[in-house]
Amino acid sequence: MSDTDEPPTLQNTLLKVEGITKTFGTLKANDRVDFDIVPGEIHALLGENGAGKSTLVKMLFGSLQPDSGTIKWRGQPVTISDPMDARALGIGMVFQHFSLFESLSAAENIALSLGGEVSLSRTAAEAKRVSDEYGLPIHPDRLVGELSVGERQRIEIVRCLLQQPELIILDEPTSVLTPQEAEKLFATLEKVRREGKSILYISHRLEEVQRLCDRATVLRLGRVVAHCDPRAETAKSLAAMMVGEDIHDVDRRKAVPKEPAKQQPVLVIDDLSQPPTGPFAVALRNVALEVFPGEVVGIAGIAGNGQSEFFEAVSGERLQDRPERIRIRGKNAGHDGPSGRRRLGAAFSPEERLGHGAVPGFSLSENLLLSRHATDGKTYVGALGTIKSRALTSALERIVQALDVRKSEADPLASSLSGGNLQKLILGREFDRAPALLIANQPTWGVDAGAAAHIRQEVIDLARAGSGVLVISQDLDELLEMADRIAVMSDGRLSETIPTETVTREALGLMMGGAGNGEASAKNSPMLPEGTI
Amino acid sequence: MRVELVRRPHPSALYGALSPFLALLITATLGAIMFAILGKAPHLALYAYFIEPLTEVWSLHELLVKAAPLILIAIGLSVCFLSNNWNIGAEGQFIIGAIFGSVLPVMFPEFRGPFVLPIMLLMGILGGMTYAAIPALLKAKLNTNEILSSLMLVYVAQLFLDWLVRGPWRNPQGFNFPESRNFHADAVLPEVISASGRAHYGFVFAIIAAVVMWYILNRTLKGFEIRVMGQSPRAGRFAGFSRAGTILTTFLIAGGLAGLAGISEVSGAIGQLRPVISPGYGFTAIIVAFLGRLNPLGIVAAGLVLALSYLGGEAAQISLGVSNKVANVFQGILLFSVLACDTLIHYRVRIAGRPSAEGQGV
Repeated sequence: MSDTDEPPTLQNTLLKVEGITKTFGTLKANDRVDFDIVPGEIHALLGENGAGKSTLVKMLFGSLQPDSGTIKWRGQPVTISDPMDARALGIGMVFQHFSLFESLSAAENIALSLGGEVSLSRTAAEAKRVSDEYGLPIHPDRLVGELSVGERQRIEIVRCLLQQPELIILDEPTSVLTPQEAEKLFATLEKVRREGKSILYISHRLEEVQRLCDRATVLRLGRVVAHCDPRAETAKSLAAMMVGEDIHDVDRRKAVPKEPAKQQPVLVIDDLSQPPTGPFAVALRNVALEVFPGEVVGIAGIAGNGQSEFFEAVSGERLQDRPERIRIRGKNAGHDGPSGRRRLGAAFSPEERLGHGAVPGFSLSENLLLSRHATDGKTYVGALGTIKSRALTSALERIVQALDVRKSEADPLASSLSGGNLQKLILGREFDRAPALLIANQPTWGVDAGAAAHIRQEVIDLARAGSGVLVISQDLDELLEMADRIAVMSDGRLSETIPTETVTREALGLMMGGAGNGEASAKNSPMLPEGTI
Repeated sequence: MRVELVRRPHPSALYGALSPFLALLITATLGAIMFAILGKAPHLALYAYFIEPLTEVWSLHELLVKAAPLILIAIGLSVCFLSNNWNIGAEGQFIIGAIFGSVLPVMFPEFRGPFVLPIMLLMGILGGMTYAAIPALLKAKLNTNEILSSLMLVYVAQLFLDWLVRGPWRNPQGFNFPESRNFHADAVLPEVISASGRAHYGFVFAIIAAVVMWYILNRTLKGFEIRVMGQSPRAGRFAGFSRAGTILTTFLIAGGLAGLAGISEVSGAIGQLRPVISPGYGFTAIIVAFLGRLNPLGIVAAGLVLALSYLGGEAAQISLGVSNKVANVFQGILLFSVLACDTLIHYRVRIAGRPSAEGQGV
C-alpha cells in the first residue's frame, strides 16, 4: 500500500457513507445512515444491540451489500463486494468474535490472511516486528487455541496492521482487557492515529470513547441519531442518545445483608489445586473461597490466568480429587458432575455462549433443556424420557419476557441471536429456577450498555433475594459496580477477597499483574502493564 | 473465472429437501455415461437397472429382503454419526450378530419350540452389541480412533465366520461344503406374505426400529443428549452429559441393530451360515444413513433405493451381461453425489470474476 498518506485534514475525507439503507425482511437494519471518517481520526460508532452497528460495519467490510446509498472512498464511489475488496482498498477489521483457527499457530493464522506467497518464517518475523513496533506482545509459534482472549485479540490486530490498512475497524476491542491492557491498546491506537491512519471504533464503554475518539456517530434502531464530539458530552448524555432514554444506574445497595459470616456459606472452595489440562492451560493452586447468601463476590483477572479452569472446576465439568474440595450448601460436591451440582442448587453461566453455554444449531427452547433437564426433570421431561416441548416453550416465553430477549421468530436457533440477547437467555434460564448459587463467567462481555446494565441488575437482585453469586470478569468496572467483595486471580492463584468499598482500581490492576499476595513476579505475565517486555 | 463456495447465513431448507434427489439425478446421469462407455444403450440399461426390478411382485419382495438389513444397520449408524462417533464396523457387528444368533440352531439343533426364534434374535442383538462395545470402550477409555478399530474388527469377524463354517460348525451332512447345518423350521424367520414372495419379518423389524428411533432421537432426553454430544461436546459436558456414556450408548444401539440385521438375514433369507453372508450391507448402510439425512424415516426410503441398486446389479448382469460390480460403482457414485449435494445446504456456489487469495467467512 502507498506510503503517501494525505495530511489529516477535515477537507479530504477518507470514507464517506451517504444514505446507506439495508433491509432484512421487514426490519430496516440501517436506515439512511450518513457519516464520514477523515484520515488520522478515531471515530466512534455507538449504539445498543440491534442498533445496526454490525450491519453497517459488515457493509463497509464487504460481507453485506447495501440496498441503497453510496460508499465513497477518498471521494470516489466504490462497491465493496467482499472482504478482499475491502482489504484491497485499505480497510482492515478486527472482529469481536475472533476469526482465528484455534488449531493453527498465530503465525499460520496471519499467513493465511496474507495470501500464501509469503513464507511462514518471514510472516512470523514480520508479525514479530509489527508486534514490537506497536507494543502488542504475541507468540507467533503458539497454537491459537491455547492463547488467552487478550492475546488472540493482539494477533488479530497484528494481522490487520500487516495488511497496511488506511482504516481499521475495531469491534468492541476492550471488552476482554484489563485497565492496563486497555491502556496499552489505547497507546497502540494513538500511535496508529499519529501515522495518519483512521480507526472506526465500536464500543459501548463510553468513558473510553470519550477519552480516545475524536468524533462519534450514534445509531439507534438503524438510524443516525447524532453526530457529536464525545469529549463535549457526558457519559450519561451519550448513553441517553444510544438508548433513547435515561439509563438507570445499577442499584447495588438495595439491601446489603448484615454480617454474612453468621450464615452458612452457599459455596466453599477449600484449597483447590489441580494440574493443567493441556500444554498451555493454567494450573490452579491452593484456591480457597467462600460465598455467602445475599452477596456478590467478584473474581478479577487478566484473560488466561486460570479463570476458565476455575470455572470448569467449580461447575463440575472437571471433577476434584476429593469430594470436600467444593461444598455447595454444606454438601460435598467435588465428585459430582454439573447435573449433581445443579441439583444442590448451583447454576452456571459460562464465558463462551455458543458451543459451551448453548448449542448453536439448536432452538432456544432446546437450549433451555440443556441446563435444566437435571433440576427440573419432572417439568420438562415426562415418562420414558419424553421431552415436554410445550412446557419448554412456555418457560422460554417466561424467560424472554423477564429479560427482554429480542428475537426474530418464536423459537429461533441459538446462533441467530446477538451476543447480548443470547447472554440474557443463558442467564435467564438460570434465574428462572431461582438458584441458591450462581456462578457466571464474563456475564456481559460484548454486551451493549443497556443490556449489560439490565443483566447486572438481575444478578444483584438475585443475590439480594438471598442467593450467593460469584462473578468472574475481566471487566473491572463491572465488578466494582456489582460485587460486594473482590478477589483477583493471577497465574492460577486466587487472592484474599477485598471489600469493594476499600479497593482501588490501581491496587486491583497491580494484583492482576501478579504483584498481589506479596509475590510480585514479572516472569509469569507477558502482559504486565509497564515496560517489562 | 473461479468457482467458490460461500457459506449461507442459515442452512437452506430447499436444498435440505432437494439434495437426495439431486444426488440421485447425478448418479443416474453418470450411470448413463458409464453404460454408454460400456457400449450399452443408456436408456435400456437404466431401465433394466432401476425400473425392471420394480415391475414384478417377486422382485419387490426381493427388494424388501435386501432393504431390511440396510435399513436396520443404517438406523443404528445414524445414531452413531449424529453423536459424532464414526462406527465403520457395522459389517462386523452384523456378522457377529449372525454368529451369536446361530448358536442355538447350529449347536443345539434338538432344542425346538416357539422360544427358539426370540432367543436367537436376542442373541443376535447381544452379539452385535458385544462386538460394537470393543471400539466403544477403546474410544471411551483410551481415546482410540474408532474409525480404525471398528473397521479392522470387520476383517476379524469375517475371518472368524469363515473359520467357523469350515471348521467346528461345518454341517456334518454337508458333503464338506463350508456351510453350517440348515436351520430347522422353528429357527427360520417367517415370511410376511409367504404366498407371494420371500420378504421376511426383518423388514417389519426395520420399520419398527425406524419409528422407535425417530421418536427417541427427536422427542426424548436421550436423543437430545445424543444430538448435543454430536454437535457441541463442550455444551454437552456443561449440560452434565457423559462423553463415555454417549459413546457406549450409541455404539451399543448401532451394534444391536446390526446384530439383529445379521441374525434376521441368516435366519430369514439364507437359512444357514456360510463363509459370506453379506454383500457388504454394513458398508452400504453408511451410504443409506447419509442419503437418508441421518433421519430414521428418511433412511427407510434410502434403504429401498440402495436395495434397488443391488437388485439392479443382478438384473443388469442377466439382461445386459455387465458385471454385477456395476452395483458397487453405482453405490460409490451415489455416496459421492450425496456428500457433494449436501454441501449446497450450507454453502452457495458463486462464480467469482477474478482470482484472489483467500475466502473470508464472517
